[in-house]
Amino acid sequence: MNTTQEPLIFELSGEGRVGCALPKSDVPHYQLPAGLERDALDLPQVDELTVVRHYSRLSQKNYSIDTNFYPLGSCTMKYNPKVNETAAGLPGWRLSHPLAGEKYSQGSLELIYKLQASLAEIGGFKAVSLQPAAGAHGEFSGVLMIRKYLLDRGEAKRTKMLIPDSAHGTNPASCAMAGFETQTIPSGPDGNIDMKALKAALDDRVAGIMITNPNTLGLFEKKIEKIAAMVHKAGGLVYGDGANMNALVGVFKPGEAGIDVMHFNLHKTFSTPHGGGGPGAGMIAAGKTLAPYLPGPVAVKNRGQYGLQMPDRSIGRVKSFLGNFGVLVRAYAYILMQGKDGLRRIAENSVLNANYLKASLEHAYVVKYPHTCMHEFVAMGDVAPGIHTLDIAKRLIDYGFHPPTIYFPLIVPEALMIEPTETESKETLDAFVEAMLAIAREAVEQPQLLHDAPVTTPVGRLDEVQAARYPVLRYKA
Amino acid sequence: MPFIPNTDADRKAMLSTIGVDSVEELFSDIPEKRRFPELKLPEGLSEPELLKELEKMSAKNLTADRAAWFLGAGAYNHFVPSVVPALASRGEFLTAYTPYQPEVSQGTLQSIFEYQSMAAELLGMAVVNASHYDGATALAEAIIMALKNDPGRTEILLPCDMHPEFKEVVATYLAAHQAVINEYSGSPSTAPVSSKTACLVASYPTFSGEIYPLEDGARLAHDAGALFIVQADPLLCAILKSPGAQGADIVTAEGQCLGNSMNFGGPYLGMMGATATFMRKIPGRIVGETKDKEGKRGYVLTLSAREQHIRREKAVSNICSNQGLVMLQACIYMAAMGKNGMKTVAGLCHDKAHYAAEQIGLIPGYKIRTRTFFKEFLVSTPVPAETIFDRLAKRKVVPGLPLSRYDAARPNELLVCVTEMNTRAEIDSLVQLLKEVAQ
Repeated sequence: MNTTQEPLIFELSGEGRVGCALPKSDVPHYQLPAGLERDALDLPQVDELTVVRHYSRLSQKNYSIDTNFYPLGSCTMKYNPKVNETAAGLPGWRLSHPLAGEKYSQGSLELIYKLQASLAEIGGFKAVSLQPAAGAHGEFSGVLMIRKYLLDRGEAKRTKMLIPDSAHGTNPASCAMAGFETQTIPSGPDGNIDMKALKAALDDRVAGIMITNPNTLGLFEKKIEKIAAMVHKAGGLVYGDGANMNALVGVFKPGEAGIDVMHFNLHKTFSTPHGGGGPGAGMIAAGKTLAPYLPGPVAVKNRGQYGLQMPDRSIGRVKSFLGNFGVLVRAYAYILMQGKDGLRRIAENSVLNANYLKASLEHAYVVKYPHTCMHEFVAMGDVAPGIHTLDIAKRLIDYGFHPPTIYFPLIVPEALMIEPTETESKETLDAFVEAMLAIAREAVEQPQLLHDAPVTTPVGRLDEVQAARYPVLRYKA
Repeated sequence: MPFIPNTDADRKAMLSTIGVDSVEELFSDIPEKRRFPELKLPEGLSEPELLKELEKMSAKNLTADRAAWFLGAGAYNHFVPSVVPALASRGEFLTAYTPYQPEVSQGTLQSIFEYQSMAAELLGMAVVNASHYDGATALAEAIIMALKNDPGRTEILLPCDMHPEFKEVVATYLAAHQAVINEYSGSPSTAPVSSKTACLVASYPTFSGEIYPLEDGARLAHDAGALFIVQADPLLCAILKSPGAQGADIVTAEGQCLGNSMNFGGPYLGMMGATATFMRKIPGRIVGETKDKEGKRGYVLTLSAREQHIRREKAVSNICSNQGLVMLQACIYMAAMGKNGMKTVAGLCHDKAHYAAEQIGLIPGYKIRTRTFFKEFLVSTPVPAETIFDRLAKRKVVPGLPLSRYDAARPNELLVCVTEMNTRAEIDSLVQLLKEVAQ
């Protein structure tokens, strides 16, 4: 890691410098609109090499999948194949325009159509829309679909969405944006949904349930079909959160088990890069009840020609144009490379790796729900008096590993949520286990090492309270 | 498969540690009749086979490297300097997660802070967030901010002349809100604001390219107690007064034009900025400057009490994944262009568009309908614009957007966009072909 201080780009500026050669004008100059001319534009002025060094050095201050093991639970930080980047960078995609017209966009529409069909097959659904740009965007689309379907049936009174206590924060936030109130359903002692609590919540105001499967404890909801049947019987619908689909590709089709509508995070299961926060893609799939409500347009094929169409009862557009197309190209490339048998191998090896880590660590770190896990498991970081999960996480950094997801799910205190993915080797997993066990020993013998960590990074632990209390959100000279 | 390193020997050793006999056993929680279904997909492809397949498919598109390109309408053909993809595609940026662990994410965090700073300067705002999915969703979320700002106010005033897809996205986002969307024509300064208006939205410029000064609209909105939201072209802001300088409370923008390819419509960059008043109400991630224990300057995600992972159903928005890498491209673009480059690009667009409009306006049967514009303007055509599109596309000129694609009642209108990528020779050839097609 590059630990030298890097100035801000503004601090590298010199009057008159420019970092890109632009063409001279070959037309006359025209007056700008009177009274609207801008005075100052206080942007940096730097030459090209300064730009290159600056952002290259900044990049060296990151951990990334390309440089470090990144066992972030529920984030599926698997290897992002380089060929995906080559594929997405083909000029035929990169220089194509979303409004060129169907006749002139047959290549892009063909890709969208085929990716829709592949994802429908993988998930066991009737139809797919690739419009949503992220998982939360897919959730929002899905709950809007449920809302519109219920309104069409004259069931406006159904305003309550059930959400297990292990769910991601986006689930309740998406419900709130779609006008639903949420009711939390507790988990039982086995980490699965408490069936009694579910039954009690199923009244005539229930719109549906949002289920993440496997859930964020890394456990498969064993009674998923029974849950779906109960919710359907009560007049509600079942939303599937596909954040953890990496455990299930080629293993289980949620659409055949009673899920009405579901999103997949293409930036997790289907290997598109996280990009330091995005862009992702949160495609949404539906069974026959909700397929007419999908956001549009979606790609269709008629007499060998590809076109676009709005589903009959569509909730409408959730984004301009056609989804995060460049991300879709990467996901489609990945599916084509995996083929019919490769996808199952992904799930098998991700689950094998997670259970291997769990078996190797659970004698040193308590795993509250010790049942066989799927692609991830949740351990606890309070391994010695005065030691918290945050300390374990920060000390891992000094060993060269990105920390697991911490303090989530909320139902496990001091949670360390660990997801290795299928792309890590046994050697890497063994090195991680060794570091975790060494840290557990340090926690008892030299706890200060943990409290002081990290010490190998460009900065130490940062004062987040000051950042929020006295916000400095932009550069000022 | 090159993406899975486990060998049979590895698997055997791992299963033994776990204490099970087979990988299949690990899946025994899954209902047996549903376990390991067949997938009706083709066999997997090798890397060269894959690239060949996708090259073939992508070549079916008409692209901007194979035609003189005058089509914009929300997706713009600007020059992307080589440094932008070269740096943004570095694996350390590309394959990093959201910077929740700041000590190992200073590269991403400082870049976001630099983006926020440059974008805030460009748009004239106190604070800019770390991106939305695109310009349309940024606008929709800004409108939701306005509705939450004063729950007694339920009217949204949108310009008639706004991108049709933006209007559709706003309508979708507001489906569950008790809001009434009304439209006004012409300048925002003449919009019918009332005590019910939550926000007056202005497009800068409008869909057909018209630039209206914003100050009077801002005053009108504020006098009525409403917020003034501007949906802007960020490149235009390099040479014309920023929305912030003219009184906007919230500015949203589509930032694709800042160093990102057209990519068939995505991934793009939703930009949002606000005045200091809304610093703790704005959705999305925000990076702030702080210090570590030794006093070293560093950057963290901050003001997260607004966000879904902390507040769940009470969060200001559900947004989590954003358009981070696209934002990074915009950041590097603004840095490489800098003050002078940004003004040069914007100036070239302005001058070339005006030259094109002047020449097209001289052709009998064509009329320029936009009065004050930047890089895009509306033309009335003597024959249907879709016919023009087809005939010119055959000659490797993409003349613009036939408005009939959004509104069948407007067959003879063409939205023409000119950028720094168009040479005078291309413009002259467009003019010549428009002349021919009218005869």
